[in-house]
Amino acid sequence: MSRTNVLLGSICVAMLIIAACGANNATQKEADKVTLTLVTHDSFAISDGVFESFHAQTGITVEVLTSGDVGSLVAQTILSAKNPVGDVVYGVDNTFMQRLLDSSAVEPYETPALADVPDRFELDATHRLTPIDYGDVCVNYWKDALNGAAPTSLMDLVSNEYKSSLVVQNPETSSPGMAFLLATIAGTPDWENFWEQLRANDVTVTNGWEAAYYGDFIAGGGSRPLVVSYASSPVAELIYADPPVDEPPTGVLLDSCFRQVEFAGVLAGTAHQAEARLLIDFLLSDTFQNDIPMNMFMYPTSNTAELPPEFVQHSQITDSPLSLPPAEIEANRQEWTERWVEIVLG
Amino acid sequence: MKRSTHSGLVWSTLAVVCGAVPLAFLGLFFFYPVANIVASSLSQGWTGFLDIFNSSRTRDAIWFTTWQAVASTVVTVAIAMPCAALMARTSGNAGVWLKALVTVPFVLPTIVVGGAFKELFERLNESVGFPNLNHTAGAIIVAHAFFNFAVVARTVGAYWAGLDHQLEEQARTLGSSNFRVFWRVTWPRLKPAVLAAASITFLFSFTSFGVVLVLGGLQQATIETEIFRHAVMRGDLATSASLSVIQIAAVLCLVAVTSHLERRTSVSTQMMRSTIAPMGTTTTTTIAVFSLIFLGSPVAVMIERSLKVADSYGLKNYAALFEKIPQLPTTAAAALGNSMIYALIATAIALCLGVVCAITIVARRDTMGRFFDLAATLPLGVSAVTVGFGILISLNRSPVDWRTSWWIVPIAHAIVAVPFVVRSIVPMLRQIDPAIREAASLLGSSPLQIRRQIDLPLVARGITVAAGFAFAISLGEFGATSFLPRRADTLTGPQAVFRLLSTPGDLLRGQAMALSVVLAGAVAAAVICSELLSSDKKRRRGVNVPVGS
Repeated sequence: MSRTNVLLGSICVAMLIIAACGANNATQKEADKVTLTLVTHDSFAISDGVFESFHAQTGITVEVLTSGDVGSLVAQTILSAKNPVGDVVYGVDNTFMQRLLDSSAVEPYETPALADVPDRFELDATHRLTPIDYGDVCVNYWKDALNGAAPTSLMDLVSNEYKSSLVVQNPETSSPGMAFLLATIAGTPDWENFWEQLRANDVTVTNGWEAAYYGDFIAGGGSRPLVVSYASSPVAELIYADPPVDEPPTGVLLDSCFRQVEFAGVLAGTAHQAEARLLIDFLLSDTFQNDIPMNMFMYPTSNTAELPPEFVQHSQITDSPLSLPPAEIEANRQEWTERWVEIVLG
Repeated sequence: MKRSTHSGLVWSTLAVVCGAVPLAFLGLFFFYPVANIVASSLSQGWTGFLDIFNSSRTRDAIWFTTWQAVASTVVTVAIAMPCAALMARTSGNAGVWLKALVTVPFVLPTIVVGGAFKELFERLNESVGFPNLNHTAGAIIVAHAFFNFAVVARTVGAYWAGLDHQLEEQARTLGSSNFRVFWRVTWPRLKPAVLAAASITFLFSFTSFGVVLVLGGLQQATIETEIFRHAVMRGDLATSASLSVIQIAAVLCLVAVTSHLERRTSVSTQMMRSTIAPMGTTTTTTIAVFSLIFLGSPVAVMIERSLKVADSYGLKNYAALFEKIPQLPTTAAAALGNSMIYALIATAIALCLGVVCAITIVARRDTMGRFFDLAATLPLGVSAVTVGFGILISLNRSPVDWRTSWWIVPIAHAIVAVPFVVRSIVPMLRQIDPAIREAASLLGSSPLQIRRQIDLPLVARGITVAAGFAFAISLGEFGATSFLPRRADTLTGPQAVFRLLSTPGDLLRGQAMALSVVLAGAVAAAVICSELLSSDKKRRRGVNVPVGS
């Protein structure tokens, strides 16, 4: 009995302390200027000190709120349109952006920082979404596991040489899976026929990236040498290799790359519109842009940003990636994925 | 007489207040958000609701969801029953270790277990020609059995230990074989506990998400994954809400069936002191070895990988958990600390709510009891996407703008854990002979005294089991957490594992494995602590509680 009481007592005390700390923080925050909330997806990562430098410049504190993957982020942003959980949304990509633009969740802001961003990234003429970073979804290959040469084109994947070699993700449940389906739509003469041939060539489909990369692909003990992943995956394989290596164990099939651009926008209904706009400017500043590659394994959109040496030496990124207009993606997503299911499963 | 009427009024008022608390809680954090999202999504177009039945994919998903959940339940009960028998007979340190072992799977990240099973299936395929289950419904069913093993083994084991074993003794004296004794004497009396455990296993499998996506192939779409696909990938909330309605309807049917069966099968016992017949050494060893291999293999794979450093073995991956790396907003160790705090809070809340619900369900055999039964079961049967999005659009205005409060996460965990708590306790409460309560009442005990001095000690085993489940559920929870907006520094352990695994590289994978092992260790330690605490308490109170869980 007494032990239970002691336990209960200590829990109560602990809760009181937690509550007291919370109250203390709140008073401190009121003393500062404004706290902005940046709403983003779970893959968001940035170095310590980056938002502190924003605070030093502007007096604005940034809090990061993450909510699931990009699809979940978009759905949640639309659901809470006009009464947003934060002030700025970041991480919406070109495969989902039209859905957000069709809602009233983000408001226009044309940042002067766009002057340093190449026009090809500006996919929203209404300037509600500002391009911050980009990357490609591409077929990766495990160098040592290939019997012959690495594939050089999408059409190589249906040749006999790469029979039973490729793992892809289900476009209905996975963002990279969707991007690869879009790559085949943009990059092959007849995508339906391409997938029929891919199926005949014994392609494996998983529901998510993790199950593909760490399940069927060689990296996680699987047997397949080809997998749909990112253009930057070889750099991550190099940086997080154990034991350290000089060259990444994987390479990228540049002909298969679908361009993903990630955007940020001011959430309509924010109480701090002026400050939110400053944050958009900051996301395109060199301080933030230079920090993107090593944390998120994406590439900065600003011309003035510099890539870290690992990326300069080892990353392969194509100048002519595959892409499709966001509006076309949104309009056809359902039809394309349903047709894909019929072909791959039917 | 007057006094008794007065105190009766006080007690019934107290009962109403006690019963109102869990209802208000579940109402605010579960029913209102779910009803709100379903209603607002459907209001955009009712035609969609009928359309989904015309889609062959939806019909396939409903069919697959149902049969795999039934199959998972049957398989789980079949392979966990021997272990339940063993647990009913195992006391002391061996019993505590066994309980810790079976609870570990709850906190293991699906992606990690998925990888381990895939390897296992491939090895079985190569060595003994066992069909390769990878990306089949079989893989899903085996994984469900792995995750739910503890639900059956512990719930049934604890109940079994509390049965009056003299009946078996008498049957044996009359010359019945062991199997006959089990089938004719023990099994009929075990049914309430088996039913409770089976209904939890069914619901878990019915709404399973990660297991289906990781281990299943493309053919294996369930209602839960269809809800995710429509709501998140397609942004089609009307269809996902319609699917949620179907899910809820299925849970209603399940609750109706189980509560009907429970009432029919519930047997109260004499709670006399009697010793359960021991098992033969061969049987004991066989069961222990099987359970160890089935539950231990994925854990062993995980431990091996977590210790692998470059080309040798070492603790580097564990040391790295204390370092800040770019992929995580806090250190992995801090994430683990968050998880422990959330799990303590979630366990406390789930136990309070669950115990009150369980008492009401048992005490009130009328509509009120059924209502509580339903209210306490639904949280396990509703999609995490629906709950997460529901909270987002419901608790969004002052004074309840709690969408981004840190404590919404442990509350979500507690709500998911309530069904486990209730199902662990209800069979135990029903087991108590009403005659004991009546006797106490005649001797002048107040209802509260009866609850405290008779019910509580007797269901202590159930509560200990429930606490272990609630803690493990919270520590391992992934789905509901990921659909709530969270501050970066409130990262939980399972989410840290997922993030570590979403960037390529051996170092990150090694750390993810190390973190999974620590999570498993944490839940094992928690179960051991709660067992030691409760057995210590029992001893000092001098209550005659049979051995076992």
